[in-house]
Amino acid sequence: MLDSLTPLLASAVAAAIPLIIAALGELIAERSGVLNLGLEGMMLVGGLAAFVTVAHGGGLTAAVLAAMLAGMVLALIFGFVTLTLQANQVAAGLSLTILGTGISAFFGRGYVGFRAPASFDDLPLPLLREVPLLGASLFSMNLLGYAAVVLLGAVIWFLTRSKAGLALRSIGESPSVARSLGLPVTRVRYAAVAFGGAMSGLAGCYYAVAQFKMWQEGLTSGNGWIALALVVFATWRPARVALGALLFGGVTAFGLYLQAIGVHVSTFALGSLPYLATILVLVIISTNQLMIRRNAPASLGKPFFDDS
Amino acid sequence: MKAWKSALGAVVVGASMLSMAVMPNTARAADPLKMAWVYLGPPGDGGWTYAHDIGRKAVEKKLGDKVKTTFVENVPENADAERVIRDLAAKGNKIIFTTSFGYMDSTLKVAKSFPKTEFYHATGFKSAPNVTIYNSRMYEPAYLAGIIAGHVSKKGVLGFVASFPIPEVVRNIDAYTMGARTVNPKITTKVVWINSWFDPSKERQAAEALIGQGADVLLQNTDSSAVLQTAQDKGVYAFGWDSDMTAYAPKAHLASSIEVWGGYYTKVAEAALSGKPLKSTVWGGIKEGMNDLVSISSLVPDAAKKAAEAKKADIKAGKFAVFAGPIKGQDGSIKVAAGTSLDDKAIDSINWYVEGVEGQLPSAK
Repeated sequence: MLDSLTPLLASAVAAAIPLIIAALGELIAERSGVLNLGLEGMMLVGGLAAFVTVAHGGGLTAAVLAAMLAGMVLALIFGFVTLTLQANQVAAGLSLTILGTGISAFFGRGYVGFRAPASFDDLPLPLLREVPLLGASLFSMNLLGYAAVVLLGAVIWFLTRSKAGLALRSIGESPSVARSLGLPVTRVRYAAVAFGGAMSGLAGCYYAVAQFKMWQEGLTSGNGWIALALVVFATWRPARVALGALLFGGVTAFGLYLQAIGVHVSTFALGSLPYLATILVLVIISTNQLMIRRNAPASLGKPFFDDS
Repeated sequence: MKAWKSALGAVVVGASMLSMAVMPNTARAADPLKMAWVYLGPPGDGGWTYAHDIGRKAVEKKLGDKVKTTFVENVPENADAERVIRDLAAKGNKIIFTTSFGYMDSTLKVAKSFPKTEFYHATGFKSAPNVTIYNSRMYEPAYLAGIIAGHVSKKGVLGFVASFPIPEVVRNIDAYTMGARTVNPKITTKVVWINSWFDPSKERQAAEALIGQGADVLLQNTDSSAVLQTAQDKGVYAFGWDSDMTAYAPKAHLASSIEVWGGYYTKVAEAALSGKPLKSTVWGGIKEGMNDLVSISSLVPDAAKKAAEAKKADIKAGKFAVFAGPIKGQDGSIKVAAGTSLDDKAIDSINWYVEGVEGQLPSAK
């Protein structure tokens, strides 16, 4: 049984990593009060940037930087439109997805059809790799997987323990009060949005040079939307983002695993499992309204006229 | 899958992605014969749509400014398809290729309102006076891939990442398994359905599930190369599908089953230009040059290569048919008796697994 479960768990972890990275970035942006729906677009552009970098002989570090930079540039365009020009965040975010999808498709045409010449390979940790069940999944991730764990810790620390995190949260709750306390609302929001973009770019990098090691149009196949949904699903709490991503990756992997061992279940039912699980969790969460309200940034998506 | 993930996003944001995913592209040329293609994925998918787009470009190259080609990519197999096809017909395209199974009913519906336009629907089974079906016998290269898999597999377990439970896919699973069983009669095939044509994440997870259950040579009937990449990462083997995928995973790639549409598309264009549009159903295979098994890797043992090539020669010469009896069904009962073989109609509605395929075939509806 353990022998079968190990690859299942490994598969779930591998699918969850990019969702965690992108969703944590979005969580920071949303905690500052900015709703950026452009994850899918930023992920695609980041993925292409990473792939192009390695395709031209750049190293993996360069690929990571290029991906984060590409995501960030896109996010800053979004930031300019919504924070400086005060445009509607939902519309701007959707446009960002379309823009990113289009840009990556257009500039990616010449990069279809071959394997990434350099890629992040699995790095099993000494000793820990022998741990049953977890050894081949949690302790055999690639570098970006471990980075996601570090990122999770850092985001939790930042939001709950640091002064800057407190400032970010207060801006997300009430920008006008934060402004009256002398906090640079717009600047913090720009930074949060840029961070979100960089993380989406990094998630794209994971797909292009760690998981799939290739470039194809629409490589992320809708996972940006999943990451976005995870933030709400997790009621804006980082640890729950990670759990939600694992649940999502795990339920999908489990459905496919059942088929592989020959259990006959309707594939349509299996396909809807992750969504049924999502709905179930949302129902459970929403029975406690207070829990949602306590964490949802009150100013989410609302423009703020910073007169400083 | 793309559609339902988007739908989830739409629930979150209260907006629909699908209509925005459809972006028209126009290729340039002078005026004459206007031809349009409706694509399921992006031409950059490196697989199914990529192969059709190579076909479209072949027409342009051969006929130059006698034709004007257009395509619309990322068209979902739902009501959007009808809108896109109708729009293309209204814009004066005289020949419209709808390149996925799921466009069947939309194509027929639009064709009724545009009797002077010729519609060509790939892989379907319903036609009309101005709707012609064309298809490729991909089960032929799948059978040849099976022969190679039978030689290469050490564990005697093959894996198949499948999209939708429709005859087009089922017969490829059957052919792959039958090919492998000519080499090792005990070999079995495990199948995982992902209910999507293009979803690298799910294709990868499906491949991981199969490899986890011992499959060591994989084939996929999906449109990305994620299965090949996964095979290389996990140290097993796999085949390319739709296009030559050697470069994606040189250490795992055994051979590629490819679609070759250019010749057919050019013929359709030439016939239309001469005023006599092609109206007969075309179902071509290796013999007709509509598909092939190419780029057999040096990883493949000589015996396997020879066996596959000998069978290919037989298919070309018309001496061998994949669905010729005796063929046993999953339960060991005779499905096709010795001396007989399935006709095209039966092959096109096949809904049973051959002996050696594991699991139960999900119903299509």
